[in-house]
Amino acid sequence: MSSASPHSELSVQRSALGVSPSAPAGSDNLLKSLDYSVLQQCMHCGMCLPTCPTYVETGRERHSPRGRISLMRAIADGELDVTRAFGEEMYFCLGCLACTTACPAGVDYANLFETARAEVERRQVLDTRQRRSVRWFALRLIFTRPRLLRFIGRLLWLWQRSGLQALSRSTGLTRLLPGRLAGLEPQTPRIQTRFSDGLIAPVERPRTGQVRHRVALLTGCVQDLVFSDVNRATVDVLLANGCEVITPRTQSCCGSLHAHNGDTASARELARRQLDAIDPGSVDAIISNAGGCGSHLRHYNHLLHDDPAYAERAAMWSRKLRDIHEWLAEIKFRPPAAPVGGAPAFPVTYHESCHLCHGQKVSRQPREILKSLPGAELRECGEATWCCGSAGIYNITQPETAGWLQTRKVGHVQATGATVVATANPGCHLQLENGLRAAAAPGSTPPVVVHPVVLLARAYAAEAAGRPS
Amino acid sequence: MSSSSSPSTPVPAPQPLPPAFVAALQTAFAAGSILTSREDLIPYGFDGTAALKQLPGVVVFPKDAASVSGVLKLARTHRVPVVTRGSGTGLSGGSVPVPGCVVLCLADMNRILELDAKNLTLSAEPGVITQRIYDAADAAGLFYPPDPGSMKISTIGGNVAENAGGLRGLKYGVTRNYVMGLEVVLADGSIVTLGNKCVKDVAGYNLRDLFIGSEGTLGVITRVLLRLLPKPGARQTLLATYASMDAAAETVSAIIAERIIPCTLEFLDQRTLRCVEAFAKVGLPTEAEALLLIETDGHPAAVADEASRIERICTQHQALAVRRAASAEEGVRLATARRSAFSALARLRPTTILEDATVPRSELAKMIRFINETAQKHRVEVATFGHFGDGNLHPTFLTDERNADEMHRVEAAMKEIFDYALSLGGTLTGEHGVGLAKKAYLPRQLGDATLSLLKTIKRSLDPDGLLNPGKIFD
Ligand code: SF4
Ligand code: SF4
Repeated sequence: MSSASPHSELSVQRSALGVSPSAPAGSDNLLKSLDYSVLQQCMHCGMCLPTCPTYVETGRERHSPRGRISLMRAIADGELDVTRAFGEEMYFCLGCLACTTACPAGVDYANLFETARAEVERRQVLDTRQRRSVRWFALRLIFTRPRLLRFIGRLLWLWQRSGLQALSRSTGLTRLLPGRLAGLEPQTPRIQTRFSDGLIAPVERPRTGQVRHRVALLTGCVQDLVFSDVNRATVDVLLANGCEVITPRTQSCCGSLHAHNGDTASARELARRQLDAIDPGSVDAIISNAGGCGSHLRHYNHLLHDDPAYAERAAMWSRKLRDIHEWLAEIKFRPPAAPVGGAPAFPVTYHESCHLCHGQKVSRQPREILKSLPGAELRECGEATWCCGSAGIYNITQPETAGWLQTRKVGHVQATGATVVATANPGCHLQLENGLRAAAAPGSTPPVVVHPVVLLARAYAAEAAGRPS
Repeated sequence: MSSSSSPSTPVPAPQPLPPAFVAALQTAFAAGSILTSREDLIPYGFDGTAALKQLPGVVVFPKDAASVSGVLKLARTHRVPVVTRGSGTGLSGGSVPVPGCVVLCLADMNRILELDAKNLTLSAEPGVITQRIYDAADAAGLFYPPDPGSMKISTIGGNVAENAGGLRGLKYGVTRNYVMGLEVVLADGSIVTLGNKCVKDVAGYNLRDLFIGSEGTLGVITRVLLRLLPKPGARQTLLATYASMDAAAETVSAIIAERIIPCTLEFLDQRTLRCVEAFAKVGLPTEAEALLLIETDGHPAAVADEASRIERICTQHQALAVRRAASAEEGVRLATARRSAFSALARLRPTTILEDATVPRSELAKMIRFINETAQKHRVEVATFGHFGDGNLHPTFLTDERNADEMHRVEAAMKEIFDYALSLGGTLTGEHGVGLAKKAYLPRQLGDATLSLLKTIKRSLDPDGLLNPGKIFD
């Protein structure tokens, strides 16, 4: 990490763990220092209730958007302390932002939720030694140090390929893991053989035709380890549509994990690093292909609005940030021609990543891409905009609700009869893959989960090769 | 807007409940069905009404009428007030707790019990969401018309208790017109059944109607029997835009004068229209001063005929443009967008106070003009939308509850608007109920004799005054 940066708010000392900067002067907590009108915006009409998964699951107002907002407001009004129960409630919320899509009043729940979690961390009401270590390890150590993250990814890869994973599974060694971790072990994603830097050159230009746009690609951290093929496919479809693609090396985490988990200081520091690595003035667009990252990346302007050195650059960054589907639709991407011999027909359904549809309001464009694929028959699935239960690290912290959502989601997907499920976020991808695999009847093949852009890249490739994809 | 509390007016401290009462409830209810912690109670301290907030003492979630009866008996023994609640979307404070009360939340009583296609009835527990009733009827080729703005989350029990209206009131009436029977738990815990599946029934007093719109002050509704209609064969939605509110109002009068009763005849002024469009993005023309959303339904031939006559009348009355929804789905999208109007207005100012003054249809244009003049006079912002076809207006004050001076002006304007509505032969509330929000104005509308009749009824059914006390009247 750039501990030399004069703006660094980050320290990797254990004493400073997960503690955000203290609340601004004149107030004794972050919710109080928030512009009151943001809290007041909720007029408790209840229109968001039926779309909130945790409310639908429990039927209790405390687990609803307006219930949570009323608790935040009670804290701002001095009617409630930041208690452990409040902290737990803030972490029971999925952060899926379905409520923001449903809310006619335009309540900025994302802001409220991040502020509330930051306050929970600042007050350490959920603090335990174990939680502190896990947070330090994840938020402060691994996800701030791209080289370390990739090194760990490499180790995991070795573990998986060397047969050690299989060995420890067959010998029952994994049973020695503590309960929750043992349950998760089969979900460990398969690490890619090559990460993005090994698949993508720093600058790539379209081989034919003129360059119409110049874009920077964000490779993400989990995406890079587990889905570097999605990054490669993103470059391919951009090239096929006249974009020159700049991909800076060894990119850091975008900070969304930190912002959603109440570590604002790290989130701000990571945003500055992104802005140091990519000059938004030098490109037409900055492309993200992971729903969760994009939703956070778009709000750098808000995150750094009070940083004199970075505010302006952050504002330009936010203006140029595009989700890949959004960008492709904006530049009128070329629909792939059906290759000679015709493409085999396949039913595909689309699962909307929460932070793509609710966080970024990108919903139509991925479907346009899917519909453009030769042979694809788009079948809508029920509750396509519902959270799948992945929600960052929610499936680790709240396995029950996550499992309930996963089962619900898998049921809707299976009901479509689709053989391909398209989705554009690594967390959703893994959650769906695991859920569909577990639910598949013995001997049957579960639907394949894939990023829409990978399908598009394949269709372009098939078209070029003149054979069915 | 929201909870009441401007920082200057602290919430009244919760009154402690008798410990024996809480202990008895704790024995009767499983852990997840009784709430007592502060974090659990705060979210039950309000409903959809602006600026009203009160922490309850305890919240319980009964599963059946017997359990409701048990709570009422206990409450009577310990003299604890009882406030019944569904999804808490009411707009007059009907389900806002009173100090030291038990909130009886019926959200867990959420089963549809029977759909009787032979008798065209549906029987349900009170916690069923209105939209589910509509959908269940629709799936059977039937139709449940009442469609309050919050129907995707409001409960049927709440609809009956408030006698909720909706967008289809003009042609189809309100919730009352669809209630054939009720099961009610009385203040002493006895359970009565009022009404049945017979279309005709004159045995004894019609007490069923007494409970419809009683706002939880006379008993607790634990089951409803609803009347369904055959599903209309066709629907057509039209949008007409106007450069002036008067032209829109005249169009409405002309439609009615031509003996057309559309199913929906909704009006939105420019402010409302812009907020709704900002949220719903359904392509409303935001430059227009006024907009009419009209829907006709029925036999396909009749719908086609009515739609073209309505189109002609709109054009004759200076409509800037008349557009037909291209499909049934677009019609549904437009109606859904309209239902968001009240919440969407909250985009403009911190506090949104919704009123419900209703006048005979012939007086609509006058009423609207008066609302705008009054708002100007008191320097307050008002947006108006509503059900033009049935004279039910929703002038909505856009203000800030923390600005005391502005709130005074809002109150003054509101009072003048109520007085004027009454002088035109209107009512304080067309569909939201009196609750807490309008009870100060009720005596003026009802007069002494009527009010004391209401009180006599209340006393005879709830002698201890424990059912939703302080609502409608003191
Ligand atoms: S968050 Fe929005 S939709 Fe939900 S209660 Fe508040 S204002 Fe209504
Ligand atoms: S973010 Fe999702 S889980 Fe949290 S309150 Fe909103 S809808 Fe509910």
